[in-house]
Amino acid sequence: MSALASAPWLVIVVPLFAGVFIAVFGRNFRGAAWAAVLAPLSALACGVSALASPGASGSVAWLAAGGRVLEVGYSVDALSAIMLVVVGTVGLAVVVFSTAYMAGDRGWTRYFALLCVFTASMAGLVIADGLLGLFIGWELVGACSYLLIGFWFERPSAASAAMKAFLVTRVGDAAMLVGLALLWRETGSLSFATVLHAVPAMPTATVTAVALLLFAGAAGKSAQFPLHIWLPEAMEGPTPVSALIHAATMVAAGVFLVARVWPVFAAAPVAREVMLAIGVVTALGAASVAITQTDLKRVLAYSTISQLGIMFAGLGAGAWRAAFFHLVTHAAFKALLFLGAGSVIHATGSQELSELGGLWRRMPVTAATWCVGAAALAGLPPLSGFWSKDGVLDAVWRVSPVWGSALILVSMLTAWYVTRATVLAFGGERRSGSAAHEGGLATTVPLVVLACLAAGLGAVRRPLAEALGGEAEPAAIALMVGVTLVAALAAFAAWRTYRSGPEADGRVSSRLGPIWRWAGEAYGVDTVLSGFARVTVPAVARALHDSVDRRVIDGAVEGTAKGARRAGGLVSALQSGDAQWYAALMAAGVIVMLALGTWVSR
Amino acid sequence: MSVIVLCAALFSIGLYGVLTRREVVAVLACAEVMLGAATVQAMAFAAGRPDAAQGQALGVVLVALAAAEAAVGLAVVVAVARSSGRSRVEDLTEVRG
Repeated sequence: MSALASAPWLVIVVPLFAGVFIAVFGRNFRGAAWAAVLAPLSALACGVSALASPGASGSVAWLAAGGRVLEVGYSVDALSAIMLVVVGTVGLAVVVFSTAYMAGDRGWTRYFALLCVFTASMAGLVIADGLLGLFIGWELVGACSYLLIGFWFERPSAASAAMKAFLVTRVGDAAMLVGLALLWRETGSLSFATVLHAVPAMPTATVTAVALLLFAGAAGKSAQFPLHIWLPEAMEGPTPVSALIHAATMVAAGVFLVARVWPVFAAAPVAREVMLAIGVVTALGAASVAITQTDLKRVLAYSTISQLGIMFAGLGAGAWRAAFFHLVTHAAFKALLFLGAGSVIHATGSQELSELGGLWRRMPVTAATWCVGAAALAGLPPLSGFWSKDGVLDAVWRVSPVWGSALILVSMLTAWYVTRATVLAFGGERRSGSAAHEGGLATTVPLVVLACLAAGLGAVRRPLAEALGGEAEPAAIALMVGVTLVAALAAFAAWRTYRSGPEADGRVSSRLGPIWRWAGEAYGVDTVLSGFARVTVPAVARALHDSVDRRVIDGAVEGTAKGARRAGGLVSALQSGDAQWYAALMAAGVIVMLALGTWVSR
Repeated sequence: MSVIVLCAALFSIGLYGVLTRREVVAVLACAEVMLGAATVQAMAFAAGRPDAAQGQALGVVLVALAAAEAAVGLAVVVAVARSSGRSRVEDLTEVRG
């Protein structure tokens, strides 16, 4: 423990070593899971020990360019430590759950090796002492996400979903890299200490530009509108991966980034306004899409986008501690919901809500823990989601009642869609398929542990805020009661509507009319963006091909060849094959040399 | 001085022949003239010096060399004429670039 506190870089080395170890043993290494447990365990141990004694840091010079030196290093403060605990806890639950979920899969060792590499990358992102190290980890978790979404790469849909996730997040990452370059130009450093210290002296326009560019990176990673289109398709990956990467940790890295460089955003009110607007729009849009989805995992995916939107709304409202607290509780209850969905999918082989139903009798543990997660997501007291969502809502309401009302609407929709999914999957009678049954201990223990966390994490609200150097705001009672009532009513209404089965979708859609259809297509954002990319990318490519590639690059290559041939033609005219011509040239040469020699020596 | 002029004239005549004659045998003969001019010149330069014998020895060597050169050159000309039926300089351009 003390070794981990003084050398937190072990949290990168141990998982990485475990991953390499598993990979070296090859395809049939049954013990891969045992080695893989080391990865989240080290993150958890490091996080806990760092919570007890934060402040370890160190760095090495990586590259010297002129007078400036690029440094990478680690620095573990309370924010990193809490994030490490989140990664470790969820990671541990996911690894244990995966031993059951992935049993018998041909990619068993590849799966666990990738989980280890992901943990190492995520730990690197979290403990980095500068934007450079953070960006390296940022890209590495993106790569791991790509590899795990496309885990079953022989399925074309998985391969294309992985590609899409990689490319869409790359758009945000490109903007983020520009932001980093801007900071580097302004301050000559990328370490948090230097950069954040220099922020007050920077012109507002620069700070705003940096903040917006960093937010663009965060929006790509955290699936905020309009870069959210990759997350629903990322559900092609194995469900435990969705729980770990695409619900609890990696997609929350955007929120973590903004919290980490908070002074930049504190000095950029315009960027905060943008963040607030995008957060609320994302939360509302994704929540309304979630009520129409018929695929259990897609409901959860849109729910994740919506909850991340709530976090960004909180950041935009200036309440970064509240937003980060929501990140922590969301990690617990959303990982729980995803693992519950994994348990259902593993037992029934289906994730279509219309094919499930009646599972509470067959799978009581999954059903009970799912209900805890669903209630936490819906924000029912006294579960964790209630406290964290309320904190964000309160902050947003103070900034702007308009955006606040929109978030109350989001709470209502959230309660509705999660109740709908719960009732359709677990309630009523089994609609199709063979007998499903509860998994073994490897399935149920992670669910129970996460359910306890999802229920009880509200208790850490005050200590967490204090660890982050602030204090928990006293909640506005009227707002709390109002939102809870709205959510409870929505949940009750959804239960009454969907008690009869999935056919109720027809009644709801006829009531909502075109809005339902529009929401069902996710408002066509994907179609518009894909269409835009499909038109513009080839057009730009063709223009570049015609101008730069044909003229400049091919021109240079072919020009060199043509020049050599022409020069050869000129010189070969001298080679007539006539011996007397050679002799004459030789004589002329000798005469010239003699003349030169005479002239020089004169 | 007059020897230098004589040799220069001989050398130039030989060079002129080498560059202008069309018959390979004539070109070879002109090359002999050039070599002869060089030989005479070498012996003339050596004449007034204490080691004049060296110059005369060089003259003998050069005559022998000229004989060997003529023998090899004529043999090549005969061989080329036999194999291709050509003995004029302007026809022998196989190595044109």
